[in-house]
Amino acid sequence: MNIPANLKYTEDHEWVSEEDDILTVGISDFAQGELGDIIFVEMPEIGNEYGKGDPFGTIEAVKTVADLFAPISGEVVAINEDLEDNPDLINSDAYGKGWIVRMKPLAPEELDELLTASAYEESLG
Amino acid sequence: MKKTALYDRHLVLNAKLVSFAGYQMPVQYSGIVNEHRAVRKTAGIFDVSHMGEFFVRGSAAEAFLNQVTINDVTLIKPGQAQYSAMCYEDGGIVDDLLIYRYNNYFMLVVNASNLEKDYTWLSDQLIDGVTIENRSAEISLIALQGPWSRDILRELTADAIDDIPFYHFIEGRIAGKSVTIARTGYTGELGFEIYAENEDIPIVWDNLMEAGAQYDLLPVGLGARDTLRLEMKYCLYGNDIDKNTNPIEAGLGWITKLTKNDFIGKSAIIAHKENLRRRLVCIEMQERAVPRPGYKLYNSAEEIGIITSGTHSPSLNIGIGLAYLKRGFTKSGTEIDVDIRGKLKKAIVVKPPFYKDGTIQN
Repeated sequence: MNIPANLKYTEDHEWVSEEDDILTVGISDFAQGELGDIIFVEMPEIGNEYGKGDPFGTIEAVKTVADLFAPISGEVVAINEDLEDNPDLINSDAYGKGWIVRMKPLAPEELDELLTASAYEESLG
Repeated sequence: MKKTALYDRHLVLNAKLVSFAGYQMPVQYSGIVNEHRAVRKTAGIFDVSHMGEFFVRGSAAEAFLNQVTINDVTLIKPGQAQYSAMCYEDGGIVDDLLIYRYNNYFMLVVNASNLEKDYTWLSDQLIDGVTIENRSAEISLIALQGPWSRDILRELTADAIDDIPFYHFIEGRIAGKSVTIARTGYTGELGFEIYAENEDIPIVWDNLMEAGAQYDLLPVGLGARDTLRLEMKYCLYGNDIDKNTNPIEAGLGWITKLTKNDFIGKSAIIAHKENLRRRLVCIEMQERAVPRPGYKLYNSAEEIGIITSGTHSPSLNIGIGLAYLKRGFTKSGTEIDVDIRGKLKKAIVVKPPFYKDGTIQN
């Protein structure tokens, strides 16, 4: 199972990285494997603010559909435009080119509530 | 949880397994889209051993089957197969099935999820001079489907597989094992369904996989089986048909022989036909969206139907679905709205099948 140790995770199988006070959010390798072939991603609009846990997008795969949730409260500052034409980047590179949104945290203390890699791995059983 | 006789093969192939109808079944190997395309362009091999097989024997077998099924069994000769369905007295569907007519008996192939229910139903209807035997646990089924399927099969058997017409079958041998080779399938492509005893099926699978390597044969799971059948508008029991749907509204009028002698459900089906309230139709999304079972359909504010099966079509690269639509909205070209998780998206009624380049008649 590919679960990079330097990232934080949510119980909804999203990963979060932090750099210069900006968060990058994607879905875990486990999640992309469960979803299978991803057809398109509906992403939030840049500038929108979301509370922690708010649904802010959807991922449509051939077999099923999954909601994306804001991992912490924040404002969307960027979306991955490459996913428009190549949504399968999430399947092939979930932690890299398959990133989904960037957010400016509104309540940075919520970061401490995210799961560590080992806690996330444990949650998968 | 039950395993098919090919379970170990699936593990070696790194299949993703799901529980389905009490079995651990492969849902995908290399990915649904990849597997789907292989079946459309080259060939795919499926383990569908979870399907049920009943053997109906006796002097009154034909009369019995004509009483419990809606198609006319007297129309097929030994060596032929027939798509049919069983209905309740009220016209609701017990199950859809394939009937294979051998020289002295019939084999009924039923949905795995309905196996026990079907066996009980058939046993309850049994008449003198007929026996029914459930051999589902001993018989395995491989589907070999795709434009190159016949080329693969030809490498492995001396039997005249080039001469098997659509919906016909032979009793033959593959790799020395006794098998039934039928020109049937659930994909819309040229293809075969191969029935064998459990102990013989791993050898048959291995030989097909080996011979198939030069024909780009891929193992295919239940995920692509669903997208392939949906592109052809083949019904799936539990989604598009069930005890609350009748064969006429499901578009199965072509297998409903209302002119044959009495059969279970006949009078109710005739009444349904005279007062059809809805019809199962094909819809294509006009916007980027994927319809899923349970999504509702609208014409302005009026609710006019519901999606029963839906997916992203790997062949057409759009969202497609089957839906029951209220009378008056079922003509092809009718524009409708689909409520996709709270957002209305445009769709249009189209003629079946969605995918029109299938090689099924080749």
